[in-house]
Amino acid sequence: MTRRPTGKLDLDPTTVRHARSLARKAGRPIVTMAKKHTTVAVERATLRLAGLEGADPEGTPWVNRLLDVVRADVGLEHGVALPVWDALLRGEADDLATLAQKASAGSVRFRLPEGRDATRATTASRRQVAGGIRRIDARRKERDRLIRKFGDAPRKPWIYLIVATGDIYEDIPQAQQAAREGADVIAVIRSTGQSLLDYVPEGATREGFAGTYATQENFRLMRAALDESSKELGRYVRLTNYASGLCMPEIAALAGMERLDMMLNDSMYGILFRDINPVRTFVDQRFSRQVHARAGIIINTGEDNYLTTADAVEAAHTVSTSQLLNEYFGKEAGLEDWQLGLGHAFEIDPEVPDSFRMELAHALLARELFPNAPLKWMPPTRHMTGDVFRGYLLDGFFNLAGALTGQGILLVGMMTEAVVTPWLSDRDLALQNVRYVMNAAGNLHEDFRPAPDGFIANRARQVLAETIELLDRIVTDSDAAGDPPLLAAIADGTFGLMKRPADGGRGLDGVAKKSGVYYNPATELLEEQK
Amino acid sequence: MSSTTEGRIVRPYGDTTGDGMVQLSFTLPIPHSKVAEGAAAQLANKMGMDPALVVHAKPMGPDFTFFVVYGRVHHLVDTSKVEVVERDYPLLTPKEVNAAVKRSLRRRLTIVGACIGTDAHTVGIDAILNIKGFAGEKGLEYYRELKVVNLGAQVSVPQLVERARAEKADAVLVSQVVTQRDAHLLNTREMSAAFRESYPSDRMPLLIVGGPRFDESAAADLGVDRVFGRGTTPGEVASYLVHRLAPQPETRPDARPEKQPERKAS
Repeated sequence: MTRRPTGKLDLDPTTVRHARSLARKAGRPIVTMAKKHTTVAVERATLRLAGLEGADPEGTPWVNRLLDVVRADVGLEHGVALPVWDALLRGEADDLATLAQKASAGSVRFRLPEGRDATRATTASRRQVAGGIRRIDARRKERDRLIRKFGDAPRKPWIYLIVATGDIYEDIPQAQQAAREGADVIAVIRSTGQSLLDYVPEGATREGFAGTYATQENFRLMRAALDESSKELGRYVRLTNYASGLCMPEIAALAGMERLDMMLNDSMYGILFRDINPVRTFVDQRFSRQVHARAGIIINTGEDNYLTTADAVEAAHTVSTSQLLNEYFGKEAGLEDWQLGLGHAFEIDPEVPDSFRMELAHALLARELFPNAPLKWMPPTRHMTGDVFRGYLLDGFFNLAGALTGQGILLVGMMTEAVVTPWLSDRDLALQNVRYVMNAAGNLHEDFRPAPDGFIANRARQVLAETIELLDRIVTDSDAAGDPPLLAAIADGTFGLMKRPADGGRGLDGVAKKSGVYYNPATELLEEQK
Repeated sequence: MSSTTEGRIVRPYGDTTGDGMVQLSFTLPIPHSKVAEGAAAQLANKMGMDPALVVHAKPMGPDFTFFVVYGRVHHLVDTSKVEVVERDYPLLTPKEVNAAVKRSLRRRLTIVGACIGTDAHTVGIDAILNIKGFAGEKGLEYYRELKVVNLGAQVSVPQLVERARAEKADAVLVSQVVTQRDAHLLNTREMSAAFRESYPSDRMPLLIVGGPRFDESAAADLGVDRVFGRGTTPGEVASYLVHRLAPQPETRPDARPEKQPERKAS
């Protein structure tokens, strides 16, 4: 991934360093804040890593049941580990599942252990959660082994296709067919609204809206199906889902344990586009990224969303800003460059003169700012009008821009975007489009050098300058409550015009400031690695 | 063709008047073969294409074949029998909208907007409400005399009703993009029923629903005042609001030349 020649835009290294240092400055207070808090989702993820699975007859997961009782008895601020393993050591139940059942029946009372009891609970919880981490490690090794055995995707960019029927048993044949047609990565779109559920649904699901629920069983079924396809096709087909919304840490843990390969995981998407509380999001995000780092999962960030709600020319610098922040938060959590699928999109109005040159400038800027990150290149959606013929041409230009700028992950655009969920023939035509462009011009980036003071280089420099301006504004922002500047900036509507105050949004009641005796074996184990 | 039907009766145009040529593409769930191509021609014949030329047939995997068919149809279309919802109100500029609201209401007109149900696609509501707007027109937030409360995505119906009451909304705008299992229709009916239950009939805010897959003539069936389909611009919505809520003493229907940008929203 590092072999690509860099420096096509002749960006000033001092300016780039400055941009990074501003992102660090904006991000660091957020990390400090995140370290001081925990959330219900982080604690439930810890229970999942310890092996607690399943749901009660009404479908409420046992991790939710157990955590709710613990929280009612001793609060959230000490973490779930001490009271739960204290109860196990006191002999309240033989295992977590039984404990969860007894707790929800009201026959267990939790306490916060002290002294030797606390030490014993610490050790016991650590031992059990380490089992989950070992499982994640084993799945990562297994992925490496399967890639060696079957072979990796034959070229870059990886071809990324979506399935979204709502029914996992319909998704499976569609995903296998998509893989046969050339997809290197399959993404299963989640049911609309799952991001706002404060629990992870359980089991194989057959009903969803515009997507399929992310559940552990659905993950397992789809991964097994794609393992079959990988074997059949002689290349490892990657699986993607979403670690976002209120259950981000739990989904990350499930993804690690079921060997998903990529996860959509943005640092601010939930805040801006789902109105999830900012503190909740940043705490959950940090934990989920620590899990992804450990699991060898590539994250995909969501910068394309900025361009679907704002003008893609005017808002180009918000994409770079968000990429820099995502990079900072990602690396702080332990992700490596190859795991940062930073997002951007081809969303400039095709009626704008020189729109393609600007697209190239933006895409190349991302490439040069993050030379070792795979970059996730998202197709046009906003200016797909229903004229499928024009849309097909636009997707061709999108593919060409991807080839010219060395994108790592190419989400295949459908000419029927904004018309129907893709038909079999839409997908086939879309892949023909990609194959034609890659075959005809896949290596054109070798010959492509924008003029040093030409339109493209100047536009890229302008976007970078605007990025620095915006980051400057962010790091000097403040609010009455003395929140970190980035939180104040989010509250002001700096991103995507959406104002999201630190004390607003969904899921705030699931956040607690850690107490002096807070203990979480998962965080401890994940941070030891670094 | 007699002079009375001139221009009223049409048929598709390929490259010559009256040639009736159309194109069609589809997939059949059979492997590619001569028989498959014959099957495609048969389907086109049954759809009224005669002759039907299968110009392209491509296998998609072992079990499917994709076809492009060109051919002639003999059907005639009578434009006088076409039923559509025509705009029945004058299109106003933002300035005219502001002036009309000021004159008629003597206060700002309040609009509460949301995507309801589990629909997370705010593209539609944002295109109409956000200052950024759509198709070169500024959104309703840009209108000085309109107070816009955009609740965003995944708002429950009770939340919407409660907020509409709290804001004393004159109009409620709901956007629905997701149509799987007719979610857009079910959600809209649930919404209009909730408003009817919660408000005395003479105090109801104007209920407007929009989205790319709505039938514009379905307002009564859905229990709303107006349905806006694909391609609606903020200016049209603002003009409609004035037409219904701030009626003008001397309306000048279509005083301005109509210019409808041929753009589509979703």
